[in-house]
Amino acid sequence: MDLSSINPILLVASIMVSATPILLAAIGEMVVEKAGVLNLGVEGMMITGAVVGFAIAVNTGTPGLGFVAAACAGAVLSLTFAFLTQYLLSNQVATGLGLTLVGLGLSSLIGKPYEGIKSPTLPKLDIPILSDIPVIGPMLLSHDIMVYFSLALVAAVWAFLKYTRAGLILRAVGESADSAHALGYKVVNVRVMAIMFGGACAGLGGAYLSLVRVPQWTEGMTAGAGWIALAIVVFASWRAGRVAVGAYLFGGITVLQLNLQAAGAQVPVALLSASPYLITILVLVIISAKGAHGAPAALGRAFHASN
Amino acid sequence: MITLEKRPEPSKHWTYLTPFVAIALTMIVGGAMFGMMGVDPFEAIRTIFWDPIFNTQFASYTRPQLLVKAGPLILIAIGLSLGFKAGIWNIGAEGQYIIGAVCGAAAGLAFYPSDSIFIFPLMLIFGMLGGWIWAMIPALLKTKLGTNEILVSLMLVYVAENILATAASGFLRNPDGRGFPGSRNFKEWDAAFNADIISGTGMHWGVLAAFIAVIAAYALMTKHLLGFQIRLSGEAPRAARFAGVNPSAMILICMGLSGALAGLAGIFEVTGPAGVVNIGFNAGYGFTAIIVAFLGRLNPIGILLAGLLMALTYIGGELTQLMLAMPAAAIQLFQGMLLFFLLAADVLVNFRIRFTSSAKGAA
Repeated sequence: MDLSSINPILLVASIMVSATPILLAAIGEMVVEKAGVLNLGVEGMMITGAVVGFAIAVNTGTPGLGFVAAACAGAVLSLTFAFLTQYLLSNQVATGLGLTLVGLGLSSLIGKPYEGIKSPTLPKLDIPILSDIPVIGPMLLSHDIMVYFSLALVAAVWAFLKYTRAGLILRAVGESADSAHALGYKVVNVRVMAIMFGGACAGLGGAYLSLVRVPQWTEGMTAGAGWIALAIVVFASWRAGRVAVGAYLFGGITVLQLNLQAAGAQVPVALLSASPYLITILVLVIISAKGAHGAPAALGRAFHASN
Repeated sequence: MITLEKRPEPSKHWTYLTPFVAIALTMIVGGAMFGMMGVDPFEAIRTIFWDPIFNTQFASYTRPQLLVKAGPLILIAIGLSLGFKAGIWNIGAEGQYIIGAVCGAAAGLAFYPSDSIFIFPLMLIFGMLGGWIWAMIPALLKTKLGTNEILVSLMLVYVAENILATAASGFLRNPDGRGFPGSRNFKEWDAAFNADIISGTGMHWGVLAAFIAVIAAYALMTKHLLGFQIRLSGEAPRAARFAGVNPSAMILICMGLSGALAGLAGIFEVTGPAGVVNIGFNAGYGFTAIIVAFLGRLNPIGILLAGLLMALTYIGGELTQLMLAMPAAAIQLFQGMLLFFLLAADVLVNFRIRFTSSAKGAA
């Protein structure tokens, strides 16, 4: 094995790129869960975002439009989940699973003509002076705009939940829907909006996979990234800052195992490929063993304003 | 204005009627979807639901396929339904199915080329054990540490796929296979071959096992104390606790049973219809079985019917690819929609829909 072939600057740079899709999906799902809704359909919304973003970017030649379309697609798909769980009061676990199955089918149907095509990708920002700083420049300051957008989104979500009135209402709905209802807040409306935000974020995350990270469309390309995003929310104990830490940790593991495979490590390839999933399990185990949960009290419970 | 009024108890009629409502809605919306893709919707629906059984040209080939595909779906869904009834979400049946197949095949191949009659039963036992162990991982983590079983069981599917890849190109690879991935072909080894019990019907031992599982699950849920405890833990967890039901035991039993049945389905598949352990032998039955369990109302008889219907859509889906050049993914979407419409229609089971004037609604 030749570890010297791994360039630390490139390693950190690629960790940021591989963490971004999971980060986008996870921060969206965190808001949904903060409102008391468990949407297990992240994987389905992500892959739909990936294919729609890719198709629009290829057809218009503008990756930016692809991202907008992906966010819309994720939000529209999540709206079906919102309708079923919020108005028809269906079981959230089953409906989320259904959303994933629908998303996987829908995406491979839409994506068939786009297999094997290259898409226009986002340009790397080339900020004068900043990007030219040795080491830190190429490591942290010369990525595409979505990397910084995702980090800004984490900060925005954190500030929204902590400092704004709307954020407080959203948390109240997630902790006790009945009390929030009694105070006159529109529980269902708040939850629907949170679900759509989560869908849009998952769509963006998917589009980042197909437009920047890979960048290509292949069937089933999210390969569990949506589920890992769900696990990261648990890992983060529903806190925005820790979601970012979790996503970067997983980005790191993914990149490191790819680098180890390339460097010819004396570890079976299957074990390395399975490592992101094994580590997800490990992290879930550690978190649950610690017992520090912090889950919203009304998470996963249906709300119906029956008198 | 439309308002929902909670029923004092779930409606019996609608419990049985909603699957049909869902199927009808799926046909309508799916038909519209096929129409948008430039395929005659009526022809597409007929190809999916009618031709596999009644077409004079190829029904003799497709009819046996119905049992071949329904067998594993029913077997897995029966196991899953027990857990779902108790509020335990094992969604990693696909992984348990794969590990069952790998373990069972490994146990058999260790004795190759013996022609003992014990080879096939041994493989079945190890298949069950493999699936059981794979399901015990999330079950034990749940009971000992409170780890979320949904995420763990799903993550283990991806781990299982990596083990399958290693097995197919490594420790189970056919030594006479000129280096190609994939195990020995069990169809060419009589002692391990899961042949049709009645030749040409598709009725192999796995299908028989599925029918037995349906009857056993029916007896368990209606006649046995354990079945009552499973139902009680799902419907009223607190009451179950007071009645002395041990929640940990419920999790271990339900997850263990569903894992063992999924593993059994896996070994029946590789020794029969699939023939070899290879990458991609798993056709997503573990996930489709979730739809089967819900469509069958978590009721054994319902699952039997739902499994047959789902098998029909698989075969019909293959036919639409051949005859109407429709992409394979269309049928996947069709199956997903079915679950969605079913969950939507379920509102009728628990709620009454009232039409009130908006003025009255506001007052």
